Amino acid sequence: MAADPVTGAAPAKAALWRRPVFRSTVFQVLLILGVVAVANYLFTNTLQNLEQRGISTGFGFLSNEAGFGIVQSLIDYDETYTFGRTFLVGLLNTLLVSGLGIILATMIGFVMGVARLSKNWLIARIATVYIETFRNIPLLLQILFWYFAVLQPLPRPKQSLELGEMFFLNNRGFYHPVPVFEQGFNLVFAAIVVAVISIVFLARWAHRRQEETGQPFHTVYVSLAILFGLPLLVFLVMGSPMSWDYPALKGFNFTGGGVVIPELMSLLLALSIYTGSFIAEAVRSGILAVSHGQTEAAHALGLRAGPTLRLVIIPQAMRVIIPQLTSQYLNLTKNSSLATAVGYPDLVAVFAGTTLNQTGQAVEVIAMTMGVYLTISLSISTFMNWYNKKKQLVER
Amino acid sequence: MDVHKQPHPDLPPPATSVGVVGWLRKNLFSSPLNTVLTFVALYLIYITLVPAFQWAFINADWVGDSREACDSGGACWVFVAVRFDQFMYGFYPEAEYWRINLAFGLLIALMVPLFMEKFPRKGMLIAFNLIVYPVIAYYLFSGGAFGLAHVETSRWGGLTLTLILAGVGIVAALPIGIVLALGRRSSMPIVRAVSVVFIEFWRGVPLITVLFMSSVMLPLFLPEGTHFDKLLRAMIGIVMFQSAYMAEVVRGGLQAIPKGQYEAAQALGLSYWKTMGLIILPQALKLVIPGIVNTFIALFKDTTLVLIIGLFDLLATIQSAFSDPNWLGFSIEGYVFAAAVFWVFCFSMSRYSQALERKLHTGHAR
Repeated sequence: MAADPVTGAAPAKAALWRRPVFRSTVFQVLLILGVVAVANYLFTNTLQNLEQRGISTGFGFLSNEAGFGIVQSLIDYDETYTFGRTFLVGLLNTLLVSGLGIILATMIGFVMGVARLSKNWLIARIATVYIETFRNIPLLLQILFWYFAVLQPLPRPKQSLELGEMFFLNNRGFYHPVPVFEQGFNLVFAAIVVAVISIVFLARWAHRRQEETGQPFHTVYVSLAILFGLPLLVFLVMGSPMSWDYPALKGFNFTGGGVVIPELMSLLLALSIYTGSFIAEAVRSGILAVSHGQTEAAHALGLRAGPTLRLVIIPQAMRVIIPQLTSQYLNLTKNSSLATAVGYPDLVAVFAGTTLNQTGQAVEVIAMTMGVYLTISLSISTFMNWYNKKKQLVER
Repeated sequence: MDVHKQPHPDLPPPATSVGVVGWLRKNLFSSPLNTVLTFVALYLIYITLVPAFQWAFINADWVGDSREACDSGGACWVFVAVRFDQFMYGFYPEAEYWRINLAFGLLIALMVPLFMEKFPRKGMLIAFNLIVYPVIAYYLFSGGAFGLAHVETSRWGGLTLTLILAGVGIVAALPIGIVLALGRRSSMPIVRAVSVVFIEFWRGVPLITVLFMSSVMLPLFLPEGTHFDKLLRAMIGIVMFQSAYMAEVVRGGLQAIPKGQYEAAQALGLSYWKTMGLIILPQALKLVIPGIVNTFIALFKDTTLVLIIGLFDLLATIQSAFSDPNWLGFSIEGYVFAAAVFWVFCFSMSRYSQALERKLHTGHAR
């Protein structure tokens, strides 16, 4: 705001309401007031309504007895436990179906994504048809289809479909044997831990040796040998301290073994097939994003097909794939809330459904449920930002 | 002596590398592994697609009006045919079907010119579609004025409701999404913070909890005695949810506009809103049309979730038809029909958006 060098007069000042700083300050203050006013309006209304309906506020209900059973629980649970416990049961069930779904969807997605680029015309066509079909059908429809049209009409336990007296499939679920760990199995677990730690050190040593002397080391083969060999050795030395618990038909139902309930199965099938089709597209676009020149350059340097893929193509493709992959994982986790449509006891079904209906504490219950999903998605997106920064192309 | 001055003409390629045989050798039997894969794939097709095709077409029953007509062991499309009207119009009174037909016919007539290359005054038509058409459609669907009988929203259903939810979701979410996207890129820290919190909140929670919230908590938020239609509550939830996703799509477009465009507009002395409205948004929105179509596909599939809060969209109408005692046991036919309807809509939209992407891409290639 210096004076004009010719006339010596001070420059004309803009009117107050035309100055950007003034405007933006006023606008932001108004915005804050507006947000506060709306929040206040909603808050007082809610309080009034709750009072009128005789619903007490607060999280005290979490320590009340729940009084309803849950069909599948990873931790001890029956009707006498509290609502706090039902929250935990639901959360764990959500994490279970999301975790399993992520593993299955990743496997399907990678296989199909690579298959779509296959040189074999038939394989590429099958993958294309799979992707274009399942991507374009609503997930809820797929869940309901698996549950009501496929799994419910299965035969009763007495007429189960069976595979080698070990696996049974009927309208109560999928029965499978489970391992029973006997005394001494702890040492096998300890051996696994020791194996993993020694592999980490081995990999570091091999990397350093290659950096210094240029001599490569067969890290992968040796690691695999350690990972499987050491626990197996301990297992045999301890006298095979493990047996299998097989499911068996007793009366009208199976006892023993483990069971995947049809609700979980339909949800898993639908989630992994649906998300798998999106992951397949991510994988395909990632591989296509690496230009062919990279392959040619690697060949020109004398790398064979295997190392070219492992050292040149995959690391660059992963830079494109991983952000899309995490967003699909996030979608899968959020979509697992559709469990409530078939009655799988996930967080939304047992907590935002049954618990809400029993206690009437809508605000607290919905807030806790949303809080869980927000925490999951915000932590994943934080991780994503960190990863993107780390892997960003450093340009000259 | 006779000397060949001319080179011999090229020999034709070996018979095994051209024509059908050549194609087969190249694409299906190029290596032992590929040969094995081909046979495995053929076997898979034989055990899955062949029975499915027989079930759906060859052994299927198409005509009739009761389940007795279905006796050939294949799919019973009679079930779908008998209830077709209900799947399309829900529980809308039969005498008023013409209103729904008229509304959608009008929409198609208004949309077609937008896809023509050289139609004049497209901007006016878009504005008409976005502002005037919803009003006309509302009166056609709901009635209660102009001599049209009032039809409760609880009687709306079927594919009609699915299309209404998706349409309202996209049209209402677009302006909110644009405002949020501008807010997120604003230089004012508080505006930015409010937008970021709003967007990240809605994007971070599943739609089903949003629908639960809007159906359970919305009545709590408003003064005692405010009556709220169930459908309207679901729509509010969907619009909030959708606008957050829309904001992220629009933001992508805003970020793609080179900085020089902003600076040039400022150098011309344009105000913020003129810069945005005349320079930035027209370019940015054109860039993100494929993205908008993609979010619309996602929204279209997500509208099925209203089934869980008790609205009767296409899927819920079909699902409820399964419990008809006269037609027990035809769930597969119903689901396949629903899947086919959704698939046709979503697949054609995704093809459109891909074509658009290619078209826009060449325009911006340097």
